[in-house]
Amino acid sequence: MTGYIIRRLLQFIPVLLVATLIVYAMVFLMPGDPIRALAGDRPMSEQVQAQLRDQYNLDDPFLVQYGKYMWGVFTQGDFGTTFQGRPVLDIIRQGLPITLTLAAVAFVFQAVIGTIAGILAAVYKDSFVDRFVQVSLVIVVALPTLAIAFLLQLTFGLNLGWFPIAGTREGFVSYILPGIVLAAVSTGIVARMLRSELIEALQSDYVRTATAKGMKRSRVVTRHGLRNSLIPVVTFLGADLATMLAGTVLVESVFNMQGLGGQVFRSIQAQENTIVVGIVILFVLFYVVVNLIVDLLYAVLDPRIRYD
Amino acid sequence: MTELNRSRAVASAGDPAPAPEPKKRSQKDASLWMDTWRSLRKNPWFLISTVLLLVMITMALFPQLFATHDPRECFLGRSRQEPSAEHWFGTDIQGCDYYTRVIYGAGNSIAVGVIVTSSILVFGSLLGLIAAYFGGWVDALLMRVTDLIFAIPYLLGALVFLAVQQDRNVWDVAFILIVFTWPTMARLMRGSVFSVIHNDYVTAARALGAGPVTIMRRHIVPNALGPVVGYAAVYTGIIIGAEATLTFLGVGLQLPAISWGLQLNDAQNYLQQMPHLLTFPLIFVAITVFAFTTMGEALRDALDPKSKKR
Repeated sequence: MTGYIIRRLLQFIPVLLVATLIVYAMVFLMPGDPIRALAGDRPMSEQVQAQLRDQYNLDDPFLVQYGKYMWGVFTQGDFGTTFQGRPVLDIIRQGLPITLTLAAVAFVFQAVIGTIAGILAAVYKDSFVDRFVQVSLVIVVALPTLAIAFLLQLTFGLNLGWFPIAGTREGFVSYILPGIVLAAVSTGIVARMLRSELIEALQSDYVRTATAKGMKRSRVVTRHGLRNSLIPVVTFLGADLATMLAGTVLVESVFNMQGLGGQVFRSIQAQENTIVVGIVILFVLFYVVVNLIVDLLYAVLDPRIRYD
Repeated sequence: MTELNRSRAVASAGDPAPAPEPKKRSQKDASLWMDTWRSLRKNPWFLISTVLLLVMITMALFPQLFATHDPRECFLGRSRQEPSAEHWFGTDIQGCDYYTRVIYGAGNSIAVGVIVTSSILVFGSLLGLIAAYFGGWVDALLMRVTDLIFAIPYLLGALVFLAVQQDRNVWDVAFILIVFTWPTMARLMRGSVFSVIHNDYVTAARALGAGPVTIMRRHIVPNALGPVVGYAAVYTGIIIGAEATLTFLGVGLQLPAISWGLQLNDAQNYLQQMPHLLTFPLIFVAITVFAFTTMGEALRDALDPKSKKR
């Protein structure tokens, strides 16, 4: 196990560095001179320009700039400064609670609804419930999130008026619709995965033995069948938590929420690239770290992985 | 194929005197593609999605057949009309016939989907094939590269790199999406090749003195390509969704291109007053992505014997 952890960690560090480097490179691809852009129409003296160049490390070679940036991120949580002089960390701090709440709602939704749908479909295989779940899964998994977002916004927000259609002012209620949208596709995948795993488990010998011993059906399903079927589902949910942050960009833009994803959208429109890079690097860091944890967790849950 | 052989081997090992199988199967039954076609023919999802797909592709290639107006013929005087007999989907902010605009949107979306998928299918599968066939450091290097790209969610990566480009057309958007999605195909092909490379017929070909290119072309690729092709169709749907999403977010295609993403972006500002501007392109995006994804999944299930148990 220790060997496995060390190997994973050694693979993890270069991945982390290069992935963030790729995102950071975007600042360099930006056309034009940022200092000139900052000055706008007003004349700016040579000294001020030089001082600003120094302050933003603009005269250093690219790799040194990147190194200084990542050093700042890891040691002080400094994600750079916007050209208006506002620290990006400030903006991240403001948006983070909204994005985390949204992700939490989506996560709970897909875990609970996905599991329930999967169990029902597997236990009542080939019944009406199973058919219904299967048909809805084909549709939900095949629709793009963009379409699901607008579809729910139009029906339940605008036409029926059950949920607010934009913003987060109405508290928890305003997170329900975006949360469902963010969770939709993954809910389908969880249910589908659990269904096929559970069907296989319910046909296995140990389940037959448990049934033969006179155990109640519900107990057989939850204690014997589900226990083994849940391992892949749990790892999928973990990995999905990481992907979810990328999904918030779309969902928060559609529902006009002020979280990190929505901030990326607005910063792109306003060409505030430092904010985009800061938030995307944060997302990538989170993504890579969560995936590492999931991999290690998987190795703990399933010994076969360790001895690969 | 491996699974089939293995299960037959296991079956005959456990049952020393297997009952003689009635030999009424004709010659063509043996082929994987024939089997696939037979199971697909009975799958209603496959039939529905194929019909939808054919309609959408015709629409993308020959929009004139469907359109009722010229997509660039716009009069501000008839801006934002409700759907009517003259304008089936109403008119947009610029006073263009919305039905025609939505029809013409199919071209760009499907173009991006097809360009990206066919490129990563060729390029990714080739790399995956090379990695799996030669193994060793070639494989290790390639897998580390895919690890690096996998560390960035493709939508975020595309978002960041498209945001710095001032002018973006179909090819720019497609290129960035190719950069961030080819590793999926490479890994898929690699896994698929691994599952056939240890078969006896490959060893036999090698023993007969066949070179690597011949072995790959004649024996490995035809047997390993099945699952990859199914995923490629699913992926086309995902890419079309991604293009619409990126364009909607303002980093994809730009005016004067006609695109569903741009229509959605525009319509979002009139959500309360003119929801139909949102509804129509939305339905078309949804149908297109649904058709590609569902057809791909049906194809994959039919081509991949392992997933048949579902």
